[in-house]
Amino acid sequence: MKPLETIKTAISNSFRSKLRTTLTILAIFVGAFTLTITNGLGTGISNYIDAQIAAVGPSNAFTVTKTDTSTDAGSGPKKYDPNTRVIAVGGRPGSTQLALTQADLDKMATIPGITSVSPVTRLNTAYIQWNNKDKYQLSISPLAGAHPPLAAGTAMDDTGSQAQITLPSNYVVPLGLTDNAHAIGQDITIGILDVTGTMHTVTATIQGVEENALLGSGGALANKALTTALDGAQNTGAPAVGLQTWTAATAAFTPTNSRAVNDMKSQLSAAGYTAQTLDDRIGTVKTVINGIIGVLDAFAIIALVAAGFGIVNTLLMSVQERTREIGLMKAMGMGSGSVFALFSTEAAFIGLLGSLIGSAVAIGLGTVVSGVLARGPLSDLSGLQILSFAPGPVAGVIILVMAIAFIAGTLPAARAARQNPIDSLRYE
Amino acid sequence: MPVPILSTRDLTKTYGRGPDRFDALKGVSLEIDRGDSVAIVGKSGSGKSTLMHLLALLDTPGGGEVHVDGTDAKTLTARKLNTLRNQMFGFVFQQFFLNHTSSVLENVVLPLKIAGVGARERRIRGMAVLEQLELADKARNKAGNLSGGQKQRVVIARALANNPQVLFADEPTGNLDTATGRIVEDILFDLNQNQGITLITVTHDHDLAARFNRRLFIRDGKLITTDEEHAA
Repeated sequence: MKPLETIKTAISNSFRSKLRTTLTILAIFVGAFTLTITNGLGTGISNYIDAQIAAVGPSNAFTVTKTDTSTDAGSGPKKYDPNTRVIAVGGRPGSTQLALTQADLDKMATIPGITSVSPVTRLNTAYIQWNNKDKYQLSISPLAGAHPPLAAGTAMDDTGSQAQITLPSNYVVPLGLTDNAHAIGQDITIGILDVTGTMHTVTATIQGVEENALLGSGGALANKALTTALDGAQNTGAPAVGLQTWTAATAAFTPTNSRAVNDMKSQLSAAGYTAQTLDDRIGTVKTVINGIIGVLDAFAIIALVAAGFGIVNTLLMSVQERTREIGLMKAMGMGSGSVFALFSTEAAFIGLLGSLIGSAVAIGLGTVVSGVLARGPLSDLSGLQILSFAPGPVAGVIILVMAIAFIAGTLPAARAARQNPIDSLRYE
Repeated sequence: MPVPILSTRDLTKTYGRGPDRFDALKGVSLEIDRGDSVAIVGKSGSGKSTLMHLLALLDTPGGGEVHVDGTDAKTLTARKLNTLRNQMFGFVFQQFFLNHTSSVLENVVLPLKIAGVGARERRIRGMAVLEQLELADKARNKAGNLSGGQKQRVVIARALANNPQVLFADEPTGNLDTATGRIVEDILFDLNQNQGITLITVTHDHDLAARFNRRLFIRDGKLITTDEEHAA
């Protein structure tokens, strides 16, 4: 039998007994559907998490602090050193942190691989106001270089001299702006107190509106020009030395492999600094999320095993039912190889049909459900498409299910192909 | 002397083991000449069907040899064996083994499809053989919708599709009424006489057997010289 003839015959054979083919396709459908859905869930959540992580900060920067060596319990108070300054920080009451000076920043910048070092400036902004309407409290996130998912507008420009701000979306309406699109390009006024208690105002342009985020700070983000302006206002009248100390610094590096990153980290550590990458800071969150995705994958595998047995069972019966037909074809001189090819092609074709329909329905239904959820119960987590389907994994599911159907079909086909024609013909 | 198209020597076949052991054939030696018409006659359980299956190379014997055109069947490769089954032998099964949901033509051209004949030629040759059996008008019908006699003719058409040299028939009239059976018999003898096809038929019907050139009587797995049932 010619190969093309084998494929044509296999396809027409699979349509011959419609009930049996339909039942087999149903078994495969369930498997492909479940797999595609779990897969889509994994992809959807991963995409969302990646977007949320980008909101926290850039992946190519360290947050550097001075390593405090006095934390050993019972070591007693440290000797005073006029060159070391401490700053009271959050955490347990009485916590202090060694402050960074310009000399520290210069030292960090000399480490190979680090492209720029900038201090993390804490800005204690008082209020935000638009068009002389109501004033609202405002906090500015200290994390430089974060790229949150935007509901409107564009990313801020850190090189220009224009003061720009990215606002959380829940600020838009209270400020008196009609919607996100209206907010973009508007000038707002930010009030900030200096050390002497005098209120200063700084004007900035709204460059973007941030989506509600899972891991986002909830605060507004300022570009470099705005940060500098606010910092200057905040430090009006402060003693000169106060201008020069910070609790932490951001050291950017050119993205490279993890070994180089670890290398830079150990060099910073040797110099007396503690460096943390984004992954270090959100490590726990990521571990939890990976755990959830792992559980989903485990469910997908259970679904696959269950569907696999269903497919094997239906195809086994389907081939067994036609043992006499196989006997007849062998009696007419069909070789074992051709019998095997014919029946396994048929199984693979049924597998293809089932998995195509299963995946298509899963994608269709998943997209609808995901859309409804995103508008309804999950609307607080904007940007979350709980089910999203990437072509690669979906193609993978189809091929996997087809392969299972093929293997399931080959077992009985191989047995039928081995027998003497008359034994197959006598089969009851 | 020409080489017989089929010959056997001390052919045996056993089914089962231990207490269930059943010797279907206990050493059968025979020769069938090209163009002959032979009836294998015996009661049910005599081993006549087993003998025919072994002659048609559908089954492997327990012992002894089957020679096809002078060649020992045991020495044939799987490929050669399949070619023989496909091109040299035609088989008419008592149970028809038709594919009921396919058309008559599709059923008839199955051996040609297996042989790798192209779709166009398959159709031409299939129609020709249906024409010969006066079934051309039924070519598009579903095989399941035919009467018993028509089905038997379709089975014969299928056996003839690839121009076999030997036609095996297992109780070809067993499932048919007398009149229809008579028509089928005439077709088979016509093929034997006018096309030189060697006809080997298994039957327990002595009237049918009487029309053959040669009769091989079989009882309890052995050939016997005379028709004891009639002699007795």
